[in-house]
Amino acid sequence: MALLTMTGISKSFFGVPVLADVDLSLAAGEVHAVVGENGAGKSTLMKVLAGVHAPDAGTIEIDGHPVTFGHPSRAQAAGVATIYQELTLLPERTVAENIFLGREPTRHGLIHRAAMDGRTAELLGELAEDSFGPRTPVRTLSVAQQQVVEIVKSLATDARILIMDEPTAALADHEVELLYALVRRLAERGLGILYVSHRLREVFDLSQQITVLKDGRLVTTLRTADTDVDQVVRAMVGRELSAYYPDRATPGEVGRPRLSVNGGRNAKLSGIDLELRAGEVVGVAGLQGSGRTSLARAMFGAGPFTAGEMRVDGAPLRPTAPRQAIHAGIALVTEDRKAEGLALRQTVRDNALLVARATRRKGIAVGDVLERVRLRARGHDQPVRYLSGGNQQKVVIAKWLGMRPKVLIFDEPTRGVDVGAKAAIHDLVRELARDGMAVLIISSELPELIGMSDRVLIMREGSIAGELPAGPSEEDIMRLATGGRTND
Amino acid sequence: MTEVAVRTADRRQARVPGLTDPVVMVYLALAGVTALGFITVEARGGDFLTLTNVVGILHNSVVLGLVALGQTAAILTGSLDLSVAYLISICTLVAAETMNGQDSRVLPAMLVVLGMSATVGLINGIVITKLQVNAFIATLGVAFILRGYIEDNYTGPAGKVPVSFQHLGYDRIGPIPVSAFVLAGATVALWLVLRRTRLGYHMYAVGGDEQIARLSGVRTHRVKIAAHVLCSLSAGVAGLILASRLGAGAPWAGTEARYDLESIAAVVLGGTVLAGGRGGVAGTLGGVLILAVLDSVFNQLGVDPFFKNVVRGAVIIAAVALYARRGQRAGDNT
Repeated sequence: MALLTMTGISKSFFGVPVLADVDLSLAAGEVHAVVGENGAGKSTLMKVLAGVHAPDAGTIEIDGHPVTFGHPSRAQAAGVATIYQELTLLPERTVAENIFLGREPTRHGLIHRAAMDGRTAELLGELAEDSFGPRTPVRTLSVAQQQVVEIVKSLATDARILIMDEPTAALADHEVELLYALVRRLAERGLGILYVSHRLREVFDLSQQITVLKDGRLVTTLRTADTDVDQVVRAMVGRELSAYYPDRATPGEVGRPRLSVNGGRNAKLSGIDLELRAGEVVGVAGLQGSGRTSLARAMFGAGPFTAGEMRVDGAPLRPTAPRQAIHAGIALVTEDRKAEGLALRQTVRDNALLVARATRRKGIAVGDVLERVRLRARGHDQPVRYLSGGNQQKVVIAKWLGMRPKVLIFDEPTRGVDVGAKAAIHDLVRELARDGMAVLIISSELPELIGMSDRVLIMREGSIAGELPAGPSEEDIMRLATGGRTND
Repeated sequence: MTEVAVRTADRRQARVPGLTDPVVMVYLALAGVTALGFITVEARGGDFLTLTNVVGILHNSVVLGLVALGQTAAILTGSLDLSVAYLISICTLVAAETMNGQDSRVLPAMLVVLGMSATVGLINGIVITKLQVNAFIATLGVAFILRGYIEDNYTGPAGKVPVSFQHLGYDRIGPIPVSAFVLAGATVALWLVLRRTRLGYHMYAVGGDEQIARLSGVRTHRVKIAAHVLCSLSAGVAGLILASRLGAGAPWAGTEARYDLESIAAVVLGGTVLAGGRGGVAGTLGGVLILAVLDSVFNQLGVDPFFKNVVRGAVIIAAVALYARRGQRAGDNT
């Protein structure tokens, strides 16, 4: 008998159907991947199971018994634990306090702290985690450590079904390996795991079954062993994605230098020399912590260079605040769209005009810039938070087009964006370069970086460790990024 | 990367209870203010650290202390209560009128006052959680309603408390006012709730991030409502003490001293974050004492009210600015 059976699940928000008649079943000890483009309904389906949303129709059975969840606590009590895409930890509380939140053990009506800390230490021990303890405040932990806390939190509920929503989105590569090991160990213990991810490589590494959703409907459920990436991608987008990346720039398209840095340095960077030319897409690779984001922020004036020379279209510029960089024509699409890129509650229109208004550019028509980025949205007056990740990213880009940028810097341009929208954003980036902008792309996804870039700069420990021409191999990039040591 | 992060984490951990902890800062500030007060008053030939004076400071801290404790509970959950001042006024009136000078009616009157306060807290909490009205507006609305009732029914003092009840406000055990023991009791009780009960843990969680608390299975509405009941109950107790001191009920008992805004000021001065989730009773008590010591110094020096208010305002702004800097540094690497 299946551990979990969901049948005919439907859900609408404000009359818009988000899920329609979706079935899913999960066995104990199984890792079952749920994939689909943004807006396909994955997260909503998981939230129905987690008791966050009540379904409009359909049944959920655990061990063959029908259950209904009116509140997340009811789902928890039934053995369903969720690790959300955004971490759900309270930074001001300790590890143990977070793990037992909502289920604190008591003795004589008072919190039994010894039991809480003891059990936490035990669970951390089981996962061989000794870099922090039960009383460590969560705000002092790294993202990867916080994820371990999240997982322990779900284990402490004696969960039998574990929902993981994009668990690797914020992790560095070697941390992902640790997570894999953890997921496998959890499955061996007999947990049923629903694994939601955009990253198909992970899905194939980990899962036994793959359920594909599209536009709120179930497309198919496949056994991982019997399928391949192409089939899954086809099911997700309903089309072949053969020409995944747009053509690179021809030598004739690359023009004059638009931005140059000579000897740039600050607390996190040193010896930065680079030149970005009109019509060119330059990639920046590097491990997490190698200074990629610091470089982008330095050029944007958010963590300025303290020495060195920077020029935009030949004119010297040393921005010490983003406002100066923006006025000089530098735009930065940050990696954290929701916190730094958009005013989520404001409308598409207001967001798209944010920069144009701040820089007092006249004559920017909101319709034009949104058409330029090919935004697919029902009108411009809906709050931007209702858009999918891909469309939100298009609004961010539209926002910057409002000041007619000379240099566009993208930090993780397609993070949290589904496969179909990814291709659209890649096309858009290339078009903007063809329009004469200089484009810099920072990405942790090497295939994207290799596919998009006309040349790749590799960063290591705050400096530029090397440069590779168009179409480098992942091995070459990794060798430079890790300091010449070969990958094992 | 992980290793670096871990090492940073360790260092942070070691530094947490240090000088930048708001509670430590509050009490350092209290010591500083006291020392400054001592020097200036003594330099003018006065006596500052006398028993009478210290007891006086305690005596004057009690009512604001109680209100601020309750306010701490509301603010920790990310809420706040602007209705406490009018609630206190009504509590003094109801207490004095119910007692009507008779010893036998003291206990029923106290129960009526506490029951009424709890009800007001319940209403505040329900309006905020179930009707989803912003706490500022919800409690301001309730404050208006209470004010309307007071202004319509009272023009001056009313009722009378029996002599036996006045012991609560004026008697001392040794040198310590009885009412100070009430404050101490309330402090310990709230500290226990916050540090040792699930309700307290959940109050921090709801104030830290309501959505996270909800997703972790916390019944966030109940927690907020409970915090508001605690807040109004504290105001009720404060009203009882004021009634005992005044000997009667007074429509201006809570509003004249501006216990609504004063209590919020004391709470944030004590290092509790107005957005919720961080802070506690120890800091609030320190905040109340700082304000009381300042008042005492100003009274002894006989400075004019303008200067007095400027200093109070400056102290509150400076304190919160300091905490904000600390918060920013702690958040740098996360």
